[in-house]
Amino acid sequence: MSTFELERDVDRSHMQVSDRVAIEIRNMNKWYGQFHVLRDIDLTVYEGERIVICGPSGSGKSTLIRCINRLEEHQAGGIVVDGIELSSDLKNVDKVRSEVGMVFQHFNLFPHLTVLDNLTLAPIWVRKTPRKEAEEIAMHYLEKVKIPEQALKYPGQLSGGQQQRVAIARSLCMKPRIMLFDEPTSALDPEMIKEVLDTMISLAEEGMTMLVVTHEMGFAEQVANRVIFMDAGQIVEQNAPSEFFNNPQSDRTKLFLSQIL
Amino acid sequence: MTDLSYVRTEMLSERDPPLSTTGVIGWIRENLFNGLSNSVLTLASLAFIYWVLSHFIPWFWSPTWNGTSLGQCREMIGAAGKESGACWGVINERWPQMLFGFYPVEERWRPILAFVLMFVALIPVLFNMISRRWNWFLLALVLFVTTLFVASGWLAVVAQVLLVVAMIWIGRLILVTKVSDRADEIKAGARRLPNPLMFSAAFVFIMPWLLWGGTVWAPIATAFGFVVGWGAFRVLAPVAGSLVAMILGVVAAVVWWLFLVGPVAAGLHGLLPVGLEPVQSRNFGGLLLSVTIGVVAISVSLPLGIVLALGRQSDLMLVKWMSVGFIEFIRGVPLITLLFVASFLLNVFMPPGTNFDIILRVIIMATLFSAAYIAEVVRGGLAALPKGQYEAADALGLDYWKAQRLIIMPQALKISIPGIVSVFIGLFKDTTLVSIIGLLDPIGLSNSIRADVAWNGIVWELYGFIAFLFFIITFLMSRYSMYLERRLRTDHR
Repeated sequence: MSTFELERDVDRSHMQVSDRVAIEIRNMNKWYGQFHVLRDIDLTVYEGERIVICGPSGSGKSTLIRCINRLEEHQAGGIVVDGIELSSDLKNVDKVRSEVGMVFQHFNLFPHLTVLDNLTLAPIWVRKTPRKEAEEIAMHYLEKVKIPEQALKYPGQLSGGQQQRVAIARSLCMKPRIMLFDEPTSALDPEMIKEVLDTMISLAEEGMTMLVVTHEMGFAEQVANRVIFMDAGQIVEQNAPSEFFNNPQSDRTKLFLSQIL
Repeated sequence: MTDLSYVRTEMLSERDPPLSTTGVIGWIRENLFNGLSNSVLTLASLAFIYWVLSHFIPWFWSPTWNGTSLGQCREMIGAAGKESGACWGVINERWPQMLFGFYPVEERWRPILAFVLMFVALIPVLFNMISRRWNWFLLALVLFVTTLFVASGWLAVVAQVLLVVAMIWIGRLILVTKVSDRADEIKAGARRLPNPLMFSAAFVFIMPWLLWGGTVWAPIATAFGFVVGWGAFRVLAPVAGSLVAMILGVVAAVVWWLFLVGPVAAGLHGLLPVGLEPVQSRNFGGLLLSVTIGVVAISVSLPLGIVLALGRQSDLMLVKWMSVGFIEFIRGVPLITLLFVASFLLNVFMPPGTNFDIILRVIIMATLFSAAYIAEVVRGGLAALPKGQYEAADALGLDYWKAQRLIIMPQALKISIPGIVSVFIGLFKDTTLVSIIGLLDPIGLSNSIRADVAWNGIVWELYGFIAFLFFIITFLMSRYSMYLERRLRTDHR
């Protein structure tokens, strides 16, 4: 694991946690066949929260955030995102997905489209934004992730870090209220990790609600307002980062932290 | 132990590679005489090529183009002082028949026009390099040339004047404004010419009308079936929901096609009789028949194959098992069997009195046959896509059909291009199998030509020429697929 050090102070003026609920997960369970991956998950996420989820591999942390936009189905309990209950009703699912942005470990950009087309695709086809306006929005976010000059290239011509920043911009173009990050830096070189984390920090500074699965404990310490530790499909411990790192309560957390720090 | 430390004090400049590895000499060394066994193989191959050509070229170069029978050919070869040679007179004499079969001579401009128009219609589908202006100009030019050859009377003059005016107008557009300026104008909101794909869509109905003739109202009424289906969908969608409305729209269109097209076309023809001389299917033949079956089967089997591939991956059990059943059944049966069914059995099962055109039956069978193979090729392309592409499309909120159309299919089809084109090439060559059920494709015609007393005994020239015709077409298809792969290569691996 890399130790990420931020050179600048994080601007906390817009990082405010409101008391409006963004995501409500109640007693949620999920099985893969016979295997019980998620067990009795209860989690309430308020608007403006920046939550880092960590844990050993196979602990269900990716599965948990993939349930939030129903890339995975849960079999028991309930998930309410932005007031919409996730069920087998596809209309609700599509509505939630257009409100929740997701960034993947392997970027998952569309290789047959230019960067600009990657960014405008969902606004044009899902939100029915006129092309011209969608392109303006796309360029705005490309500038934000600091690669406007790459707009007409194909994803295959970009470095991993640039691709991941395009992927973040692609999600932002849908103006999501919540962003999910599934190990966004795990497939990147150390130098590129930094540029992606920088982008994520500036996103957090604007007050975005974020759920981040990551092993970047530096990021968690500086940006998160809550750290969740998962093991064997359950939430073992959650706390503010200072408490979590300096004063872990459960033995499992202590063991995990001693191994990665 | 010696000292292992080392510091370079001076950077090396770039040098040319050794002469013996570059240029023609270098290439020959590298590729032809690279070691003893390679040199032996090279020499042996050259000797073999020489042997083949030394026999083939004198045979091929034979002054028999004007021969009228095999016997006369032999005399001409003897007169030229050669022992043996090809008899090309058969190609010269039967060339029109090889192209058109027994299509009436005075109507042969129609298949030629249909063939040329097919290219005008295909250009916007197959290539994206030609501008709209050029495409419409081409269409006007083709129609103008056709009126010069075919039509006469005041109506033809009016048509010619109109076409010339259109050509001048579009030609002025082409000459006056540069492509880049035009792009700027369009960006600024200038009105574009209509999309040439509109003509491609219309061509679907124009082609059968040109080939088979009959009243002009038949293709128009058939095309109107789509309007009927669409109208039914639009009216019913707010009331019954989109899925039910879609099903009912299809039903409405099918009812229209089965029961109403005939009477409506006949009625309109009574009011305004415009049409072409009808040509019976049994008069179709030669390359015309092969190309007709091939083009229609190819263009219908691709969308059908895609639908089957998606059906096979569907979560809906019924759809899935129907697709699997269809694909496995068709792939398990030889094409010949299907053609026999088309030719002999299908009419037995039809209600008495229905006359289902033999070429149409063959086209349906060939289409179903290649659709099953296309479905499997496309499924391979779908399987090659990383799961992340589906997830990213889902996560952006695209629904199933949009994700398929915008993300999945463009990539899956690109992967499947070589396989798809192989199936199409195979299909086009398989059109010669229709000779077995008595249709006169080039192979079927060659049998009747060989039965002629004048040409009895001719083999190589005839079959070689047919092979050559097929080679040209299939080779172009294969080159097109390579062009398409290059054009779509955006992954920069």
